[in-house]
Amino acid sequence: MNKIYSLGIDVGSTTVKTVILDGENIIYNRYERHFSKVRETVGEQLRLIRDIYPTETFKVAITGSAGLGIAEACGITFVQEVFSAFTAVNKAYPDADVVVELGGEDAKIIFLTGGVEQRMNGSCAGGTGAFIDQMAGLLGVTPDELNELSLHAKKIYPIASRCGVFAKSDIQPLLNQGARKEDIAASIFQAVVDQTVSGLAQGRKIAGKVLFLGGPLSFLSGLRKAFVDTLKLDEEHAVFPELAPCFMAYGSALHAQQMGDEMTIDEALDKILNAKAKDSIVTGKPLFESQEDYRRFVERHKQSDLKYEDIKTYRGDAYLGIDAGSTTTKLVLITPEGKLLYQYYGSNKGQPLDVIAAKLEDIYSLCTDGLKIKSSAVTGYGEDLIKAGLGVDYGIVETVAHYKAAAYFCPDVDFIIDIGGQDIKCFKIKNNAIDSIMLNEACSSGCGSFIQTFAQAMGYEIADFARLGLFAKAPVELGSRCTVFMNSSVKQAQKDGASVEDISAGLSSSIIKNAIYKVIRAKSVEELGKNIVVQGGTFLNDAVLRSFEMELGRNVIRPAIAGLMGALGCALFAMEKSKNSQKPSGLLNKQQLREFAYNSVATQCNGCTAHCSLTIIKFNDGHRFISGNRCEKGAGIKIENHVENMVEYKYNRILDFEKRKPVNPIAKAGIPLALEFYDLMPFFHTLLTELGFEVVLSEESTRDTYYKGQQTIPSDTVCYPAKICHGHIESLLEKGVDFIFYPCMSYNVDEGQSDNHYNCPVVAYYPELLKANVPGLNSDNFIAPYLDLNIKKHVAKVVAASLSRYGITPKQVASVLNKAYSEQVRYRRSIEKKAQEIIAQARKNGQKIIVLAGRPYHIDPEINHGIHKLIGSLGFAVVTEDSVAGLVDCPPLDVLNQWTYHSRLYRAAEYVCENDDIQLVQLVSFGCGIDAVTTDEVRAILEEKGKLYTQLKIDEITNLGAAKIRLRSLAAALEEKEENVR
Amino acid sequence: MSDKKTPKMGSDRVYKTVFTEDMKKDYTILVPDMLPIHFKLIIKIYEKYGYHMELLHNTSRNVIDEGLKNTHNDACYPALLVIGQFMDALKSGKYDVNKVALLMSQTGGGCRASNYIHLIRKAVAAQFPQVPVISLNFSGLEKNPAFPMTPAIALRLVYAVMYGDMLMLLYNQCKPYELEPGITDQLLARWQHRLGKLLDGNDYLSPKPIYKAMLNEFAALPRSKEKKPRVGVVGEIYVKYSPLANNHLNEFLLSEGCEPNVPGLLDFILYCASDLINDARLYDKKTKRTLIYDIGYKVLYKFQRQQIKVIEEHGVFQPPHDFEHLRRCADKYINQGVKMGEGWLITAEMAALAETGTKNIICAQPFGCLPNHIVAKGMSRVIKEAYPDANIVAIDYDAGATKVNQENRIKLMLANARS
Repeated sequence: MNKIYSLGIDVGSTTVKTVILDGENIIYNRYERHFSKVRETVGEQLRLIRDIYPTETFKVAITGSAGLGIAEACGITFVQEVFSAFTAVNKAYPDADVVVELGGEDAKIIFLTGGVEQRMNGSCAGGTGAFIDQMAGLLGVTPDELNELSLHAKKIYPIASRCGVFAKSDIQPLLNQGARKEDIAASIFQAVVDQTVSGLAQGRKIAGKVLFLGGPLSFLSGLRKAFVDTLKLDEEHAVFPELAPCFMAYGSALHAQQMGDEMTIDEALDKILNAKAKDSIVTGKPLFESQEDYRRFVERHKQSDLKYEDIKTYRGDAYLGIDAGSTTTKLVLITPEGKLLYQYYGSNKGQPLDVIAAKLEDIYSLCTDGLKIKSSAVTGYGEDLIKAGLGVDYGIVETVAHYKAAAYFCPDVDFIIDIGGQDIKCFKIKNNAIDSIMLNEACSSGCGSFIQTFAQAMGYEIADFARLGLFAKAPVELGSRCTVFMNSSVKQAQKDGASVEDISAGLSSSIIKNAIYKVIRAKSVEELGKNIVVQGGTFLNDAVLRSFEMELGRNVIRPAIAGLMGALGCALFAMEKSKNSQKPSGLLNKQQLREFAYNSVATQCNGCTAHCSLTIIKFNDGHRFISGNRCEKGAGIKIENHVENMVEYKYNRILDFEKRKPVNPIAKAGIPLALEFYDLMPFFHTLLTELGFEVVLSEESTRDTYYKGQQTIPSDTVCYPAKICHGHIESLLEKGVDFIFYPCMSYNVDEGQSDNHYNCPVVAYYPELLKANVPGLNSDNFIAPYLDLNIKKHVAKVVAASLSRYGITPKQVASVLNKAYSEQVRYRRSIEKKAQEIIAQARKNGQKIIVLAGRPYHIDPEINHGIHKLIGSLGFAVVTEDSVAGLVDCPPLDVLNQWTYHSRLYRAAEYVCENDDIQLVQLVSFGCGIDAVTTDEVRAILEEKGKLYTQLKIDEITNLGAAKIRLRSLAAALEEKEENVR
Repeated sequence: MSDKKTPKMGSDRVYKTVFTEDMKKDYTILVPDMLPIHFKLIIKIYEKYGYHMELLHNTSRNVIDEGLKNTHNDACYPALLVIGQFMDALKSGKYDVNKVALLMSQTGGGCRASNYIHLIRKAVAAQFPQVPVISLNFSGLEKNPAFPMTPAIALRLVYAVMYGDMLMLLYNQCKPYELEPGITDQLLARWQHRLGKLLDGNDYLSPKPIYKAMLNEFAALPRSKEKKPRVGVVGEIYVKYSPLANNHLNEFLLSEGCEPNVPGLLDFILYCASDLINDARLYDKKTKRTLIYDIGYKVLYKFQRQQIKVIEEHGVFQPPHDFEHLRRCADKYINQGVKMGEGWLITAEMAALAETGTKNIICAQPFGCLPNHIVAKGMSRVIKEAYPDANIVAIDYDAGATKVNQENRIKLMLANARS
């Protein structure tokens, strides 16, 4: 009888693994990247096996995320991959307690002892192999180099790990500030570990003998080290099997022994290669019907080009514009007539300063002595650094730079859309001023780097990849969400047999759909205006440009230097500014540039509890540049005429309650410094203190508070203010309180200005979730009665019942209740009074005022990341929504106004509309579903009265780069408006 | 055409057209595709009262694109789909946009879902200001004179829900085992037709014989004795039921050889009715409406008991969970004060399913659903503690999520179920 082998094929999101078993023994295993050519690679792998075993019979089973489709189509047995892993581990390591497996796009944990449980990452898929690849790309290194770098780290920065887009926005400023790549590399690995521990383990401890599987973990020693260190495992308890990358394939081979069909390799090949996919893919129209079509398109766009002048012969004035973007650096040098002398567009390689210095050197070496750079300006993420390092004369906000450049090509422009590497910026122009700005947010980030990442993943250069799409016959419909989702869409399309051409075209169109549907959210083309200018490097890609025109059904203007528009705007700005000035440019000259050198040091600011991560760059001429700071303190600057900041006032006011203690306390009652307590602290603190309890507040929030509780967060898409609550509970437990008092409240206080007065579901019921998920809590130490503060009698009864074991009676509660209510009213009055003081003071100083409108808990410095300070440092006075909401009645609304906190937003907007010198900035926590309702309504209220609307989205990301652009754009737009009035 | 406005209908920013009596005769009212079985019956009822309704079946990619275009990025998936379906329909050219109205259910409560109708109005008003948007609600949240919720209509609707639940239950318990492919669907279609007729007359008021006939006919279908894993489906009400939203979850489960166990819509209605009763208990808060809710709850519960009793006596099929029992299930893990969205009901249904042998549970929810952070993902730990072999998987549905990822996670659950 012929021997029967078993073959396991694991087709993952990025690789194909094969394992052959002869009985118990593994006689063959192989690991190969598939570059998204899934079926071809599987075919190749099978042929390799056929070369060794041409006629033998195999029992075959397929596993893996990309294997599902293949298996279904060809009828070969499929085993779910986590289940494969489970089988393989049981066989090879029966004594393992936990398995951690990181794959290309999936992360999994299997708990083996104490109740078997298998978990996969949900829809937000940070912390996987693809994530690491992406981050390595961002640093301009291979994953192996990233690994090597990480081993020499000295410092770990906090990096959001939930998704690649978030992480990028944390990493980019670090790079731009000159942080060490070694430190960033290690921080990336740490982020992956944190994501696995918090996102997947969710409260179950990863302990005992832990088995680490999957490609990334077996190839990246730095990642292994991060896991071992974080989980505090010794060598004996951290197992990295040699076979780790092929473990799933091994598992499926084991399954094949039981249930696989018998076949030869030839038969298997035949099945797989000839399988027909059952799903049909949705396809769109081709971008161009013919070469002729394309030629006409190219001709049309050629019309918007600059004239050129030879730098080698030119004599006269010149103006330098620099756009130090998040991933790319752009630079132009123009003559006073706007002719282009020099241009550069390239990656900043994580070292924008070096790249720009080199280009400047290049300019100096090319030009004649007769060329004089009269003035220079810089914009973009790296603005401050470049300005400080190279002596650039002006720094301007990106939106202004882009508008300047667009108006140069099309003076009547009324809509500009810029798609760069990392962000999408759109603005409407009304009366020669920027009227509204739309920027992309975390979960809608299909930008330039996204297509680039895909091109790389599929083994192409970006330019070649894009060109492939131009004549695709049936571009696939890929949807329009985030990169990770897009990966799976692409996977699905490939499974269904879409060609690279079709995918390329599909990706181009998905970027456009993302921009139109998610960022601009235009309901009709008319809304965008007649004269649309598109710019940004991504639009140099003809497929993207064409998709945009097709989706709009209208032609647009793309300047030939679309990628350099920010830089051109800067150059134009520099020219304007120096028109009437004789001041020489401060730009480093040839000699100075030759001597230019710097070094950077990472440190931490100790100015306040925010402890910003600072990067200090010392230039060789002795001056320093500090970045990473949120306020002037970090930069070592003192501001005079300091107006009090409402956010700080409220925060201190809330914290001050902790000082009030009863004489002989009955017991220690803990109150978490989180969510609604930032509003109702006066009431609850007074109530408990008056009843004789010593009230202990949890620690002031820091990033560490979040880490402290992150293991018990069951839902990784809930908002950050809720997530950090877990840390506050841990903090109270550490402080040894006798009990934590944290009521559930469907209803908040009825302020008489809304249809109803609910709390949001998360605020209302978070205690229920905490009770069910924080192991340290029980019915003794966690008191969470259901309260409706509007019904005094009931409050007296229920609070007394919940504290009955301390002998508290309803009568007693009733006797102190009025005091608690009065304290709450007193607090409300005090912040309203303070707001008026701040406004009066600001008016006296001639400062503009901003209502920072969010939720009470947005005063937590770890939640707002110091945005109020940033606003203050831009010269605005800051008040909050609740400090002005009481001054007006609620305006007519088109939504159901049923949440107390959100109702204040509408009233604050109404108040802002009544005051010319006050603006509103809405603060929104990522994941707050209710703000999907409120933001549009607040915007509508403001825009009806001609006010600008600015929204800032915040999460655990500490990077304020995007916020800064928005706020500075707001300031610039206000200035322009004022100038127009004059 | 009338542009009369009902009182207190918001700002002047959004134009609202009110559905008036004279529109009744020649307007088509479009209904989103949420529960195919139930909604067909409901449409029949409204036909009796002189309204012409149409259940939307448009499911192309354009539905999602329109939804993305016309709703906030962070609005939840059900809102996005309903708006997308409406906008796609209005733009399809299939309907005379001057003779069409839109119907949306509205439950009220602290979940943002009570704002869907407003989001729809905003989206519609920008492009089709002449199209009225009607709220279907039992709570008097919005009153529409030409679309009243009379006691007679309400009663018929309740029965439609109960008959619909019964059909869904029987279908799901027969379909996986049918020996002749398609025969269960045929019987389902026949009963839908028959029930439509019954609801037109007055015979629907004595449900016992109708239930019995249904039970007998479904029991008579030739079925295999094979054991198949039962998979419970709970979740946000729209995503749980709507095939458009959940990527045809029911069909997928059937094709994977499972028996779907999808708790009925009546539970949700009872849950809504119990809201004020719970409020009264928790907060000593009693209003006139408390009494009405109390009576309504008792009547509905009696109806449910009757249905359960008939199914039990018949003895072939597994009856739905008794609602009072569900409330007791909830009490073990979560307070009935958690009343936003599907609130404690999701927790209770998961527990009840686990308790009655349906250990595999899919919790279908829109990505980022607020109440589900608490009641679904937030409670699975305690339910798993009580039922260690329970296998709960939360699946997020969203415009960007792909079927592959969703199905892969469900397959993992099924692999465990079979082992």
